[in-house]
Amino acid sequence: MTAGVDLGPQAQAIRSDEDVVRVRQLVRGVAVAVKLSLVDQTKVVTAASELARNTLVYGGGGSVEVTTVDNGRRRGVRIVFADSGPGIPDLDLAFTDGYTTGSGMGLGLSGARRLVDEFEIETSAETGTRITVTKWSR
Amino acid sequence: MALSAEESGRLAALLSGQAERVTHRWTETVAGSLRGRLSQAELRRQVQDLHQAIVDTGQQGAIDLSADTAAELRATLSELSRGRARQGFSATETAISIFALKDVLVELVQEAGGDNALRDYVAFSGLVDEMGLFTFESFVRTRESLIADQAEQLLELSTPVVKLWEGVVAVPLVGTLDSARAQVVMERLLQTLVDTSSPYAIIDITGVPAVDTQVAQHILKTVVAARLMGADCIISGIRPQIAQTIVALGIEFGDIATKASLADALRHVLRLTGVESTRRQPRRDA
Repeated sequence: MTAGVDLGPQAQAIRSDEDVVRVRQLVRGVAVAVKLSLVDQTKVVTAASELARNTLVYGGGGSVEVTTVDNGRRRGVRIVFADSGPGIPDLDLAFTDGYTTGSGMGLGLSGARRLVDEFEIETSAETGTRITVTKWSR
Repeated sequence: MALSAEESGRLAALLSGQAERVTHRWTETVAGSLRGRLSQAELRRQVQDLHQAIVDTGQQGAIDLSADTAAELRATLSELSRGRARQGFSATETAISIFALKDVLVELVQEAGGDNALRDYVAFSGLVDEMGLFTFESFVRTRESLIADQAEQLLELSTPVVKLWEGVVAVPLVGTLDSARAQVVMERLLQTLVDTSSPYAIIDITGVPAVDTQVAQHILKTVVAARLMGADCIISGIRPQIAQTIVALGIEFGDIATKASLADALRHVLRLTGVESTRRQPRRDA
């Protein structure tokens, strides 16, 4: 692989805890490639870690796609998490700090939203959950 | 794709007819690709075993790699690829040991001639492909089990609990803190607290690349468990980027003391225990 300016989209399945680690490494690699600061790298990697684990634990596994984006002035990392799980019935509740249906701290989803610049979520019981996050370089 | 009984018989006859020459040519071809990294004698033995297994299976009837009759052949192939995988050969180098048989076969079939020569060669070649794929599969399986073993060893290696001072133990965490490792860390730390009857424990997370809610939760649980045993925990090694991430995530460490570096944490504990930690004045030369 060349240390290219334009990294193509990179995909990773999420089936196990090890895959969450792989997602982190993948995101870190792309974040370094688009020259995010160390703080932003850590933030986007942590957000990816949270969302990947949600995909695994609550979505029953799924996939991740990491791409670089460019809006002309700044570059960034865009990560799409998709699963075909049961969806999130009450988004407001899910984004409440400390609320969890599992055994975690209830901060992952809301915390991840605070860690990135753009956060989009589409969820339904039929199609599962799809979360798109973007972090721009400064 | 299995060989018919007739084809298998012809293959066995072809291979056993000039056994010495077949194994010699086969060994030669493989040796060329391995470039002397395996002794000639060992390679020869492997090739002879394989040759024997194919001939035996062929003489029993139709060769079908997935059938019971081919159990011996499968075992020989797995043994070969296991050996190659453990000795650090690449997948290609392993598969070539099988595919080299094609070179030998093409010569033999050509010499034997006959109406069926081409059809036979295609069928034999299909069998060799299948054996090659089987070898590849077992090669990958062996490598995967090697990796799993190493992951386990890493788990053992990477969680030492060290005694820093009288009554102060430290756990330097390095790498990813998943549930399995967190469990190991907690057990080791609690056991060491009992063994050394230390009232203070420092958990250093300098080597943890990302602190997400799961990692934080594991650390918090460890701290609570240590507290239940009467020990005070300090978390050290919180770098600026980690601090900012923890704040954004909304994780609260409550009344747990946190420090930027291990040295700060140790100084903090020593102060609590009343140990003097003044810096010695540099000696002045007269």
